[in-house]
Amino acid sequence: PCAGPVESRNEAAMSELVQEPRQKPVVPMKPMGINANLLGYIGIDTIIEQMRKKTMKTGFDFNIMVVGQSGLGKSTLVNTLFKSQVSRKSSGWNREEKIPKTVEIKAIGHVIEEGGVKMKLTVIDTPGFGDQINNENCWEPIEKYINEQYEKFLKEEVNIARKKRIPDTRVHCCLYFISPTGHSLRPLDLEFMKHLSKVVNIIPVIAKADTMTLEEKSEFKQRVRKELEVNGIEFYPQKEFDEDLEDKTENDKIRQESMPFAVVGSDKEYQVNGKRVLGRKTPWGIIEVENLTHCEFALLRDFVIRTHLQDLKEVTHNIHYETYRAKRLNDNGGLPPMAVETEENNESNL
Amino acid sequence: SFQQQPAQFTNPETPGYVGFANLPNQVHRKSVKKGFEFTLMVVGESGLGKSTLINSLFLTDLYPERIIPGAAEKIERTVQIEASTVEIEERGVKLRLTVVDTPGYGDAINCRDCFKTIISYIDEQFERYLHDESGLNRRHIIDNRVHCCFYFISPFGHGLKPLDVEFMKAIHNKVNIVPVIAKADTLSLRERERLKKRILDEIEEHGIKIYHLPDAESDEDEDFKEQTRLLKASIPFCVVGSNQLIEAKGKKVRGRLYPWGVVEVENPEHNDFLKLRTMLITHMQDLQEVTQDLHYENFRSERLKRGGR
Repeated sequence: PCAGPVESRNEAAMSELVQEPRQKPVVPMKPMGINANLLGYIGIDTIIEQMRKKTMKTGFDFNIMVVGQSGLGKSTLVNTLFKSQVSRKSSGWNREEKIPKTVEIKAIGHVIEEGGVKMKLTVIDTPGFGDQINNENCWEPIEKYINEQYEKFLKEEVNIARKKRIPDTRVHCCLYFISPTGHSLRPLDLEFMKHLSKVVNIIPVIAKADTMTLEEKSEFKQRVRKELEVNGIEFYPQKEFDEDLEDKTENDKIRQESMPFAVVGSDKEYQVNGKRVLGRKTPWGIIEVENLTHCEFALLRDFVIRTHLQDLKEVTHNIHYETYRAKRLNDNGGLPPMAVETEENNESNL
Repeated sequence: SFQQQPAQFTNPETPGYVGFANLPNQVHRKSVKKGFEFTLMVVGESGLGKSTLINSLFLTDLYPERIIPGAAEKIERTVQIEASTVEIEERGVKLRLTVVDTPGYGDAINCRDCFKTIISYIDEQFERYLHDESGLNRRHIIDNRVHCCFYFISPFGHGLKPLDVEFMKAIHNKVNIVPVIAKADTLSLRERERLKKRILDEIEEHGIKIYHLPDAESDEDEDFKEQTRLLKASIPFCVVGSNQLIEAKGKKVRGRLYPWGVVEVENPEHNDFLKLRTMLITHMQDLQEVTQDLHYENFRSERLKRGGR
């Protein structure tokens, strides 16, 4: 529980959460049915409210991966996104630490709570990516990690006595950090995204966007979008998974105009016009992270957290995971990888 | 390497609203779009008012062209399984309800085999789901598993009959049983209380597992807690069904007209109909979860242990 100014900000933002009173069947409604002629009110819509309350109580897992060369502000951005010290930067990582010789996968978990909803957030960092002299195949450890999580989930799912809620360590979202060169994507960027967009939801992000003017930013974004399209890279939200016209319209706008988001991250606060804001202080002015005229951080945050969080998880579960599973089944002659053997199951639980 | 920090970690230096509290709304939106499915089975002797009750519960006519067979026709009849599906929409929320009827149950002179068909049906739905769940393409699995079984007990006897006991024991590990005393208007209030108590005693005596309503959670409002207490105390529900509109006390009510008065279906002082409906609606999701997490998982682990797919 946070005290003071936090509460009032929460309340103002809380108007997004529609609190519906519990419905009691009282007044008969006009008949509305597909096959049925209703003569009154049953209360079916309250079921959805029950589900919503349940979601709030059970809490949820969210696993976000950040990929990009060191120094692009990945850790800072994740901290800014979740307004908490949740990244590797904050868990005892030393800035002077040597760049690892190979790509390492570091997963750090936190439980954060907001408005009664608990989130078990895992941030997966990938230090060493793109930092070597020879970066060939440096995406392989990352792809391997992602597939290992699918495998873990699959093994639990085919268990004879399986857990009620299978722990979900699968990567729901991968933020790929593009260096703000202003020219074009680098070959490594293309290679990574080509390989990984098939197994995980990739959201490309232009890092340290405060090094570009508005025109440079706009041109760069257009060029990046074009390059991604020409190379057949389907980033999230993928066109083929739009569920209906409403989704398509909303997502088209994001795909064609907003993405890739040009962001700036910061976990320092400054006073601007009497308000405390997150920003970066320079001799020529303060860059306000949450100011849409300065950068697109707020768009990224709203997109990932406020509107598409559940969808990111669903696409991971219904599409990427199912693709992995189908491939595993096919490789295994149509059978699940773990058959009925109790000993094997015991092993997998180690 | 994976570190776990203890619960509730927000950096007090950077307070503010992140926005993931909006997740339940996102889930809500998707659920409304998807709608959901529920399968209800009704079991009981002919003439106990099952069809009328189902129609009353969902304010529809699920059985428009029904022909009621005579006694002679019933002699040779075996138990049938008849499933009807109806889509009900209310305030934008779609429910695809399947009612599985079991005509012929309890009708034959010798009822010894009458529940085999029903048990096979329940198992078949589990089997089909297991098969679909293990298959390659799982995008559109249809859930036809029976989520709840209303078992109708005759109000004319002195409690459970041997058939009632045998049947419930045969299915209590496969489906959520909700016992219902039908045609409650044949009993006075005192007779009802006696019958309910008798039935509950017999259920315990025979070790029959009926569906237990979960207790209200501590953070629910007092109204809901009270409602849950009331529901739990009223089981088994004693109900009257009717879709006829009768004029009573100046307004139109659904009920049954007798020379001595009108039995109102939706009057809580006359019978437990509203309680039954409230229980069903507020626990629809829990009924599905218990079916998935308990009955189906039991079936699945037994099935996998026995081997083969």
